[in-house]
Amino acid sequence: MSGPSLPHIVLVVAVLATVPLLTVSPVVLNFLVVALLIALVGQGWNVLAGYGGQYSFGHAAFFGTGAYVSAILQMRYGLNAWIAFALGIAGGASVGAAIGALAFRCGLKGSYFALVTLAFAEVLRILASVAPITGAGVGILIALDLRPQAFQFQSRAPLYWIVLALVAIALLIVRLIERSRFGAWLVAVRENEDAARAVGVDTARVKIAAMTISAAITAAGGGFYAQYFLFIDSGIAYGPWISIEALLAPIVGGIGTVFGPLLGALAVKTLGEIAKLVTGGAPGLDLVIYGSVLILVVAFAPQGIAGLLTQLHSRLTRLRSSLPERARG
Amino acid sequence: MAEPLLRVERVCKAFGGLLAVENASLAVEVGRITALIGPNGAGKTTLFAIISGFLAPSEGRIFYRGADITGMPPHLLARRGIVRTFQIVQPFAGLTVHENIAIGAHLSRRSRAEALDAAADVARAVGLGDVLERPAGSLTVAARKRLELARALATDPELLLLDEVLGGLNPSEIAATVPIIRCLAGRGVTIVMIEHVMQAVISLAEEVFVLAEGRVIAQGTPQAVVGNPRVVEAYLGHGAAARLSALGAMHV
Repeated sequence: MSGPSLPHIVLVVAVLATVPLLTVSPVVLNFLVVALLIALVGQGWNVLAGYGGQYSFGHAAFFGTGAYVSAILQMRYGLNAWIAFALGIAGGASVGAAIGALAFRCGLKGSYFALVTLAFAEVLRILASVAPITGAGVGILIALDLRPQAFQFQSRAPLYWIVLALVAIALLIVRLIERSRFGAWLVAVRENEDAARAVGVDTARVKIAAMTISAAITAAGGGFYAQYFLFIDSGIAYGPWISIEALLAPIVGGIGTVFGPLLGALAVKTLGEIAKLVTGGAPGLDLVIYGSVLILVVAFAPQGIAGLLTQLHSRLTRLRSSLPERARG
Repeated sequence: MAEPLLRVERVCKAFGGLLAVENASLAVEVGRITALIGPNGAGKTTLFAIISGFLAPSEGRIFYRGADITGMPPHLLARRGIVRTFQIVQPFAGLTVHENIAIGAHLSRRSRAEALDAAADVARAVGLGDVLERPAGSLTVAARKRLELARALATDPELLLLDEVLGGLNPSEIAATVPIIRCLAGRGVTIVMIEHVMQAVISLAEEVFVLAEGRVIAQGTPQAVVGNPRVVEAYLGHGAAARLSALGAMHV
């Protein structure tokens, strides 16, 4: 499990960065922005679940906090959008640390942990739907101000590059984690908590740290969502839809791998678009497709797309090394 | 007399109405191999779990280098140099042998490269050098037991608690593992081992504690302990010692 090297990440990001130079189609760019946003949110989930083995069903709590903190600071307190965005990340990370501290210090594991995260996200959603500061049922509309210093742009391309940059940062963070002692401890916690404790790993602390990083990455996705769509309400920010997207992308792409969330987000979103074309946009049908893909992936490719690719790669290299022998024989 | 490395004082552990460990006291001298033996269910593993911080005792205190460590969590004890292995092996199943041992090595080494280097050295020392890149889940029982030992060793422990590292091994595997343990003691690691394989206990241990029904019923050198009628009776039942000696007298 050495993972991809730095040139791999640079290459992938560089290729993706050229897209707005090749096409100005708003449909294509919009599709890719949403896919990259899901990749970002999914990467956050991947840190905690893929590497740490702690399956959250409530990443909406961090996504929504990132979005709301950013939007509220801009619209209620007149703060600069970029600073508000940064504080949104900090807010999401704090919520992650707080929920992590509560859940992990109490020793919650497995499905109990998943249920508690789901409960926190739902509580936040309900609070946001009644509290005046979040705009209650109406939501928050971010006033149009198409200037870069307001984190708003005339065209889609800059926003595309920004979300790509966020994805790139998340990829680098995960690669860094993979090659650090913290990452080794995190994986040890996933594989066997008792064994990890026996060799000196402070498992609660490692899990809380992972949840904080995970929440920060996901909150960045929430803050970006607010700037891109310029509107959030409780159902968008804290709704279960984003918790599901956050876990679907990495599971399909390859859980506990650097590129899994990105691969999965692109695959799932492409599939969703194809499904919409085929079915003529019948409401809810893309969710049926999501469910079916999830079942198929779990059943036939538990390591996701990334796992299939490594299998294919090792099979190809084996084939290549066996060819000359056969020729000789 | 010098303070022993580890001192367990009148430790009790109750699980509901069951008293798994009752007033157990023992002292472990630095640099020695001490064995903890006793019939199944005697409370040996429970006592290990208490010493290593996985269970809190209901009563009693534990001192390490003179400091009270009762109730300290396992990771802090590991940082002080007390590391255990598990009777039921607990590998990081999805990781390779190399990565497994590196987790132990990370205790005192921040750098990934240093931890992996140290892990490779430990693996070679215990005879796992050839299977470094194999997933831990694919190993044989004997190799898993060694991995358990290797991961603990990689933390550079002062006090190693070995819970049946020879259990389930065949005679040739035991013969291969015994020198490894002796070599560790030679390097200054203090070892407490729970063991059922008596030849190994007799050849390795300098001090033996016998636990039966939660109580320490005998202690001393291996030779003295195996001849002790109370120990024989703990294993074979009441009156067994007398019957055995009668049998012995007949054959002589």
